[in-house]
Amino acid sequence: MLIKPAPDIRPSEITPERVYLSRRRFLQSLTAAGLAGGLAGIADAQTVMGVSVIRELDYHPNPRYSTDEAKNTLEEVTGYNNFYEFGTDKGDPARYAGRLRTRPWSVAIEGEAEDTGVFDLEDILAPHTLEERIYRLRCVEAWSMVIPWIGFPLGDLIRRFRPTSRAKYVQFTTLLDPKQMPGQRYPVLDWPYAEGLRMDEAMHPLAILAVGLYGKVMPNQNGAPIRLVVPWKYGFKSIKSIVSIRFTEQRPRSSWERSAPREYGFYANVNPEVDHPRWSQKTERRIGAGSFWEPRQPTRMFNGYADQVASLYSGMDLARNF
Amino acid sequence: MLTQEQTLRFVFKPLLLLACLAPFLHLAAGAAGLGGMSLGANPVESVLHGLGKWGLNFLLVTLCITPLRQITGWVHWMRFRRMLGLTAFFYLLGHFAFYLVVDRGLDLRVLAEDVIARPYITVGLAGLLLLVPLAATSTRASMRRLGRRWQALHRLVYPAAILGCVHYYWQVKADVREPLVYFTVLGALLGWRWWKHRQRLSRAAPAGRSRQIRFLPSLAAARGQQDGRQDERATRGRPRGHRLAQ
Repeated sequence: MLIKPAPDIRPSEITPERVYLSRRRFLQSLTAAGLAGGLAGIADAQTVMGVSVIRELDYHPNPRYSTDEAKNTLEEVTGYNNFYEFGTDKGDPARYAGRLRTRPWSVAIEGEAEDTGVFDLEDILAPHTLEERIYRLRCVEAWSMVIPWIGFPLGDLIRRFRPTSRAKYVQFTTLLDPKQMPGQRYPVLDWPYAEGLRMDEAMHPLAILAVGLYGKVMPNQNGAPIRLVVPWKYGFKSIKSIVSIRFTEQRPRSSWERSAPREYGFYANVNPEVDHPRWSQKTERRIGAGSFWEPRQPTRMFNGYADQVASLYSGMDLARNF
Repeated sequence: MLTQEQTLRFVFKPLLLLACLAPFLHLAAGAAGLGGMSLGANPVESVLHGLGKWGLNFLLVTLCITPLRQITGWVHWMRFRRMLGLTAFFYLLGHFAFYLVVDRGLDLRVLAEDVIARPYITVGLAGLLLLVPLAATSTRASMRRLGRRWQALHRLVYPAAILGCVHYYWQVKADVREPLVYFTVLGALLGWRWWKHRQRLSRAAPAGRSRQIRFLPSLAAARGQQDGRQDERATRGRPRGHRLAQ
């Protein structure tokens, strides 16, 4: 690479310190994650003149499945998270997720499938091409964001491992390691975190496994190195830092369902008509949307993805199967 | 050299006022973005939770005053109680006003639905309403006018504090550790009062004379009057016969 001295610096090229510092923090969190190995599709940290730089991921945008709503900033997406494995404060994941080592990483494919085993993340990802999906994310706590994920359809991965006819559900499990995940030292939830989807939900083209956001490798606090994103369900369904994908005949029980079955159901579809027992789900606060005076916005059925996913639930009583 | 009275008035009280305002100023500075401070990605939530939590903090600190006086024997703790109580009230009023105006956009239908259908909001609002008459009668003139009834009225602070902690407990999603800390502190403060109350009873009714217990309210009242006179001597301008809330 030829490094040319910049002829001149225009004011527009000067990065504001706030942005610069947050970018620094972001990069530090990535390098702390120990991104070392080289793998197809995922670019890693490299050192240029003593400074760690994250190369962008290789991906193509997928406008068909993307919203054109204003995206939340990288700072918002990486600074305001629910990831109880690192603590229950929204700032805890950004503070403590640096302890998570995301390489080497392996994912166990288990249960009712022809091809099962424990696979290196590199092997899991190798055949897939990455695309960008700009999705709405609606948290069960009645706030929402718009996030540009980088990932690939979950269905493509599932087909590779050839689930048998007995595979009716897919269960996902997060890493269990209180040393790396200090939040797991307290039984806030029954660790490890577990989630599940019905097979047809998992095969739906909107359901993706994400390995990055904003064009870059997934920050630890957002569920590195690989996480689920199911945009028509409340955020807690989109399990992070996955170490196991198991095909089952019986419906798995999710962590939140076990913790409070009256409040969190297996389906957890975004539904403004069905309130959480303790608070309303009719409206949501879009994170960062300008100022204090920005009003809450109405929550949409299936988080605005009803046209694509409503048919999955036809004939079901969504108030009972919440 | 300052007299003790001057020290209280011109040093301790202004310092306390500053401490009372500090959390508010911190939130305001964050909202204004002073010195790179910020309220994070969800500023509405930060302010809402900040005001509520500090209101509850100040309410519990207010409830520390009587035990502090009893333990240290320094009667001038009482001089700080009104400012602390009013600070708690204003933070909690601000908490409610912010929820109603900023978070819910002054939608009274939503407020009505929340109050009816959401128990944590019902108890929170009930707790705040209990504090309204206390704030309204916090002046010296009210104390004088209400006499002994003032103290009875101001015992409403106990149910208000309990409702405040329940409101917090019911609001969190799963991690109840912090609300439990509040309950523990509140339990200790109320437990202390109960214990002191028991002590007074047993002093008034020596063991083996259980029949006396029936007459205890009047005995306790008589003792209360004595206490009131002591307090009156110690703290400036208290109404005669007024006993401080225990």
